[in-house]
Amino acid sequence: MKNEERKTQKQGSLRRRRWRAMTGNRRSCACETIKPSRNRSGRTHPVDTLMQVGDRILPQVSSALGIADILGGLRVRWGWGRMQYAIPPGLYALGQPDRNSPVLVSANYKMSFDCLRKALKGLHAWILVLDTHGINVWCAAGKGTFGTEELVKRIRREHLADVVDHRTVIVPQLGASGVAGHTVRTQSGFRVQFGPIRAQDLPLYFAQAGEASLAMRQVRFGLRERLALVPVELVGAAPWTFLAGVVLFLLDLVIAPNIGFLAHLRNALWGFIPYLGAIVIGTVLVPILLPWIPGRAFALKGWFLGLVWVAIDLMVIAPGSSWKQILFLSLILPPISAFLALSFTGSSTFTSLSGVRKEMRLAIPVIFLSVTLSLLFLVITYFVSW
Amino acid sequence: MKLRYLKNVVTLSFCSQTCMNCGVCMDVCPQGVFDQKDGNVFVADRDACMECGACQRNCPFGAVTVRAGVGCAQAILQGAIRGKEPNCGSSDRGCS
Repeated sequence: MKNEERKTQKQGSLRRRRWRAMTGNRRSCACETIKPSRNRSGRTHPVDTLMQVGDRILPQVSSALGIADILGGLRVRWGWGRMQYAIPPGLYALGQPDRNSPVLVSANYKMSFDCLRKALKGLHAWILVLDTHGINVWCAAGKGTFGTEELVKRIRREHLADVVDHRTVIVPQLGASGVAGHTVRTQSGFRVQFGPIRAQDLPLYFAQAGEASLAMRQVRFGLRERLALVPVELVGAAPWTFLAGVVLFLLDLVIAPNIGFLAHLRNALWGFIPYLGAIVIGTVLVPILLPWIPGRAFALKGWFLGLVWVAIDLMVIAPGSSWKQILFLSLILPPISAFLALSFTGSSTFTSLSGVRKEMRLAIPVIFLSVTLSLLFLVITYFVSW
Repeated sequence: MKLRYLKNVVTLSFCSQTCMNCGVCMDVCPQGVFDQKDGNVFVADRDACMECGACQRNCPFGAVTVRAGVGCAQAILQGAIRGKEPNCGSSDRGCS
């Protein structure tokens, strides 16, 4: 009941807005400024103004990012509210597009949309935003939500054929694993032109009359791209790190003789350094040093750096450790780094399903075995004194 | 520097008899796997393939086949635990 009321209210206000825009009784340009508002699902509208196209009112955006957009982008880079960072799908006007302006297809992940409009400074275009449930183009294409069906549906629903005279849509190249160009053409009449991978290359792409160079066609995974992923990897590992710290503290409390709370805490924190190092290696150092670490398998890279860390730890942080401690650390630290490094395959841009499967078939049992052996060894040394 | 993954693992197969050399695979491949010589498309860098499936989906002649999927350990692990095919986004971390 309440929902229906709200719906009619919303329709009413939309009709009023449309009427006002059509009659132009507020501004001569038939556009009215509205503040970015929130709809029921809490999605922010990136709308600056409204634009009248025929008898329709379309949201109009500019290529300039506001403070909220920049802060929002930084926030999701740290994984905060990343899965809810979405905009409503539909057709948007960027700048003052006309019937000959290009149509660019994007996902309704707000960062994808912002990246696109930021790259189109000084250009006028239509942006057709597909409903990808707030997921970026490449990932959504892999899942099929950024796909042929959704694109055809969106072209029809937004009556794109009435908005532009040409019959071409520019789809980001990374959307190609979900969008079959030839099928879109037969089903919608619109020709799919695969644009460059990175939105920043679009101005050059337009300047070259829709010709993408080889460099525009190949995905990069340089230091800059890898660094951008570090925060989200760190945040992902943070809860487990915290849990491990608490477990270590409790173990120290139970096993070691009573030496007072603060001394226990200091022991646990000091004893946690090796583990913290192993986690930082898997989540920060492996991504950064990826091309320079020997080996091709990610788990192997992680294991290698884990062993290096064991050596550093024994030489710098805990010199004069007993052989028992050395053996224990060598068994438990490398598999932690290896597992986290293996997880980074999901964020990388060049690993294949077959490859990761092959790597995992060997890595997962070895990781499991190594951790089990280390824990067994710990229990044995606790009960048996050498 | 181009990063390389494991050798001889990908499921990509290309049939030069069915191929009509339209070159759409060269446009969609993000890893530069395909190339063209004297008008004929061929697989130039097989091990660079990441099995995203873009070429297969966009080949109008069915000349390319690949078992497409995500090269993501977390997705494979989640899939194995739930007894499903690996698919990213099922965990709360999702893919980036």
